[in-house]
Amino acid sequence: MARLSGLQREVLSLYRKCLREIRKKPLETRSNFKTYTRTEFQKYISINKKDFNAIEYLLRKGYRQLEMYSSPGIRNVR
Amino acid sequence: MAALRSTSRLVASSKPLFRPAVFARSYATVEAAAQDPNPSEAPRTKTFHVYRWNPDQPTEKPKMQSYSLDLNKTGPMMLDALIRIKNEMDPTLTFRRSCREGICGSCAMNIDGVNTLACLCRIPTDTAKESRIYPLPHTYVVKDLVPDLTQFYKQYKSIKPYLQRDTKTEDGLEFRQSPEDRKKLDGLYECILCACCSTSCPSYWWNSEEYLGPAILLQSYRWLADSRDEKTAERKHALDNSMSVYRCHTILNCSRTCPKGLNPARAIAEIKKLMASH
Repeated sequence: MARLSGLQREVLSLYRKCLREIRKKPLETRSNFKTYTRTEFQKYISINKKDFNAIEYLLRKGYRQLEMYSSPGIRNVR
Repeated sequence: MAALRSTSRLVASSKPLFRPAVFARSYATVEAAAQDPNPSEAPRTKTFHVYRWNPDQPTEKPKMQSYSLDLNKTGPMMLDALIRIKNEMDPTLTFRRSCREGICGSCAMNIDGVNTLACLCRIPTDTAKESRIYPLPHTYVVKDLVPDLTQFYKQYKSIKPYLQRDTKTEDGLEFRQSPEDRKKLDGLYECILCACCSTSCPSYWWNSEEYLGPAILLQSYRWLADSRDEKTAERKHALDNSMSVYRCHTILNCSRTCPKGLNPARAIAEIKKLMASH
C-alpha cells in the first residue's frame, strides 16, 4: 500500500474511532451503525485527496457527528 | 364558527365609531406607502457582496455573490438588507439573527472589514461604494455567514461564569451589594458574547486553542470584580499561566470593534493588575 499522507491517516483514524464506538452499542443494532458509518464515508470517497479544505471540513463534521452518536442515549440508527 | 364571525364583525363595525379619523388616516398612509414610499426620490441602488459557502457541496470553493438592492425600499440597517435579500431574492442565503436590536448577539459578522452586529450597523448611504459581508474572521464556517462558535462557548464554560459562594448571608436572603460594588460591574455585564472582539484579535487568531480571547476575559473579570463571589483566588489561579491572559499584547482591536461600546482591553489590563498584585 502506498504511503499515506497525514490527512489520509487522520481520516482512517476517524474511521477506526467510529468502529470502536460501534462496539459500545447494543449487539442487535451494531450492523445498522456499521452501515451508517460506511455510507457516510462512502459518500465522499471520490473527493480529490488534495482538496484539503473539503477534507478538513468533513473531518470536523465527522468528529462532531461521532461525538453526538457516541452518547449512550443513542441506541439505534436507521 | 358563526359565533366567531359575528363577534369579529361587531368589533370591526364598532371600531370606526370610536375613532373614525385616526382609523381612516393611518389606513391611507399604509396604502400610499405600499404603492410608492418616496415618489420624489430616484432609486438608490447599492450592491452587496456576500460570502457564500454551502457545506452540502464541500468540494466547491467559497465564493462572493452580489445582490443589488434599492435602499429606498430597504430598512436602514445591514440586517434589514440581508433579510430583504433572503425574503425577496435568494432564500438560500443563511445567517443568524434574532432580536434585531443588538441584544442577542446572533448577527455578528464582518461588514466592510469590521466585525459588528448587522442589526446595529447602518448601511452606508454612499451607493457608489459596494458593501462586502463576510462571516466572523478565523472561525470555521458552518454555512454562508454562520460561524462555528463551539470553541468560543467551550472557553466561556471553562471560566465558570456563575456566582461561586460557600457562605450564606446572615439573614438567609439574597446576596446584597453596595451601590459602589455594583458600579464595578458596569461596562462588564453588558457584554452579549457576540464574539466580535475575540475574532478581531490577531493574538486570538493564532492561539485560539489556549488564549481565552477578549470576550471571555472580560467575562472572567466580571466575576473577579464581583463583590459577592468568594472564589476569586481560584479564578486567579486558573488564569495564572502564560497562555490564558498573557497572550494579550494590547493590540486593542477588541475595544475598537465592540458593537456595544465596551472596553475588553481595559478588563484584561485589570486582570493583569490583579494577577501582579497577588
